Amino acid sequence: MTLHIKNGLVVDTAAATTQVVDLFLMNGKIAGIGSAPAGFKVEQTIDAVDCWIMPGLIDCQARLRDPGEPEKANIESETEAAIKNGITTLCIPPDTQPPIDNSATVELIHHRNEMFGHQARVYPIGALTRGLGGKQLSNMASLRDNGCIAFSNAKQKLANNLVQRRAMEYAAGQRSLVIIQPLDHDLLGNGCAHEGAIATRLGLPAIPEAAETAALAKDIELVAQTGARTHFGQLSCARSVDMIRRAKAKGLPITADCAIHQLFLTDHDIGNFDSNMLTIPPLRSQYDRDALREGVADDTIDCLCSDHQPHEVDAKLKPFPSAEAGISGLDTLLPLALRLVEEGVLPLAELITRLTLNPATILGLPGGRMGIDEVADLVIVAQEAHWICRAGDFISKGKNTAFEGWDFRGRVTHTLVDGNIVYQA
Amino acid sequence: MPSNNIQLDDSGRLQHFLSIEGLNQEILKEILDTAESFTSVADRTIKKVPILRGKTVANLFFEASTRTRSTFELAEQRLSADILSLNVDTSATVKGESLLDTLQNLEAMQIDMFVIRHQDSGSAYFFAQHVRPGVSVLNAGDGQHEHPTQAMLDMYTIRHYKKDFSSLRVAIVGDILHSRVARSQIHALNLLNTAEVRVIAPRTLLPVDTESLGVAVYEDLEKGLDDVDVIIMLRLQKERMRGALLPSEKEYFRKFGLSQERLQRARPDAIVMHPGPANRGVEIESSVMDGTQSVILQQVSFGISVRMAVMAMIVGQSGLQSGVDA
Repeated sequence: MTLHIKNGLVVDTAAATTQVVDLFLMNGKIAGIGSAPAGFKVEQTIDAVDCWIMPGLIDCQARLRDPGEPEKANIESETEAAIKNGITTLCIPPDTQPPIDNSATVELIHHRNEMFGHQARVYPIGALTRGLGGKQLSNMASLRDNGCIAFSNAKQKLANNLVQRRAMEYAAGQRSLVIIQPLDHDLLGNGCAHEGAIATRLGLPAIPEAAETAALAKDIELVAQTGARTHFGQLSCARSVDMIRRAKAKGLPITADCAIHQLFLTDHDIGNFDSNMLTIPPLRSQYDRDALREGVADDTIDCLCSDHQPHEVDAKLKPFPSAEAGISGLDTLLPLALRLVEEGVLPLAELITRLTLNPATILGLPGGRMGIDEVADLVIVAQEAHWICRAGDFISKGKNTAFEGWDFRGRVTHTLVDGNIVYQA
Repeated sequence: MPSNNIQLDDSGRLQHFLSIEGLNQEILKEILDTAESFTSVADRTIKKVPILRGKTVANLFFEASTRTRSTFELAEQRLSADILSLNVDTSATVKGESLLDTLQNLEAMQIDMFVIRHQDSGSAYFFAQHVRPGVSVLNAGDGQHEHPTQAMLDMYTIRHYKKDFSSLRVAIVGDILHSRVARSQIHALNLLNTAEVRVIAPRTLLPVDTESLGVAVYEDLEKGLDDVDVIIMLRLQKERMRGALLPSEKEYFRKFGLSQERLQRARPDAIVMHPGPANRGVEIESSVMDGTQSVILQQVSFGISVRMAVMAMIVGQSGLQSGVDA
């Protein structure tokens, strides 16, 4: 099949520029930019006037709850939500049930995506330790051979620094990426809100910054010790941004992401104990939010992710400290990201690299690039389409949004994977 | 500040009693005045008024309580309510029933008012958001958030002995971090224009940004007690040693226990309060607790009239015009 996409404003992630140029797709790849390759026969045309054309988004942290928690979501529902929102690739952390610590679970996920998925690419992240128990290394080499793109212990605790060191060394030995969400479980305790005036007033058990930064400092030291290529996920603190910036300046093999909601919400949004605002790490202060934005703008934070955590209604229908943490984020990843451009945080083309080229490079995935012979995972976005965020309209099974009623601009009209139109508005 | 204040109805009257924060001075004063009019009920041969006659009140205690629960029950009885008391930790929720299911099952029994204590901060708001219109929720303590009736009986006690808040220095001593009582007291004292509210505690028992609650923070008991008119001692829970928040009860008493000698730093007519249950020899010396400046037992008896007042105001009958004279 061939496809001619004309009149669109194409985002070139490698050059970080945009220009109106025609695209020609053939055999699942980008075959021509500006002019059709020799002998190209147009079978289908999309007029993308007033639209952006960008690589499909790569979400480096999204929980699909499959296998194990069908009441929350499944691969079918969440890949549908992904492709309708311009996300063509999903990286799923290993804390499924059972966890992704064995090849059978990896195969099960691939199988379900083939059978029931909506043609998004789904990549499992393997467990760093068996059962995520934090004590014994998982069979990382076998898991890698079966398709795990990186290794992480998700939010589960590692027994001690020795296990962490060895896990990182072992991963480094086989050139695998380690993903760490820095979290000191003792300092986290039973906390559920950022330690600050809001938690003090509401009497909510507080999570100090050090729950993240003390762990991150140790983690960075272990990167220096082991040389393991390490990606830090879902950072929330201003001090963390600073630590990552300094570690990168020293040349350590470190990259980082933050959840898109951390760039918009603060602990003030908890309001009257709104359990949709319960996240781990917690929504922090305005100061942290601004520092995270700066980190995204200067590329200290390489990627933005949805940190998608769909829940059934009952999971949030509890008093704040007893509710389950997390926000359903697939439906709001792109519109929130586009808002960063409107708010002047960074130019569009640079923003899009944080959602495409950077995660593709870090995780070694196809896509993310707008060049000849690159895979044609693309999304077309109507620039001026305004819409109001309503949980009831979410494609994701998880309706637990923190952005109900927000006014968004920019809407996906087409999503392509391997040159095939997998979604059309 | 709660923007959607569900405690008050459209005409500004109490429909739930969840937190002192979000209320105003007029309502606090009305509670104190109404409570005062109820104190006479206790002196009668028949200690009852018919304000809640025909109404059913459910006391739902997800956490153990002795005096709060018994004074609520007495208050309900004196208002002629029908009462259903449940210790929920020993009933359905252990069997896996969700909180909301428990609440809705009880609602199906035509409960008019819930008095709820629960270990989660914000649980009172949660229940109030989910009851049917016309059903009221009274917070008998939600996690570390608020315990508003306790604070109001403390305000009642202070007003009883000291009259005017605007000239008072009040010190709250002890575990501020974990105390719902302290949070409610601080809001109430500030709403009533108290001249100075101090909190005195070791740093490990102070939440961050304590000053943002509108208090002066002292980490030295003796300095903090200088010239105060009211001393409120908080209970120190033994778990705090295990959590590495404090070294020992002995050292705590040495630094933060209220002794006769330290009491001398306060004004000569200062009163000593404690929401109970007190640990003698840990936060307070026995001789102070039983001494002439202690009003601890009076607090307990005022608790009944204050709780009667709040319930009466919620059903829309302020004071005793329709009640006592009936």
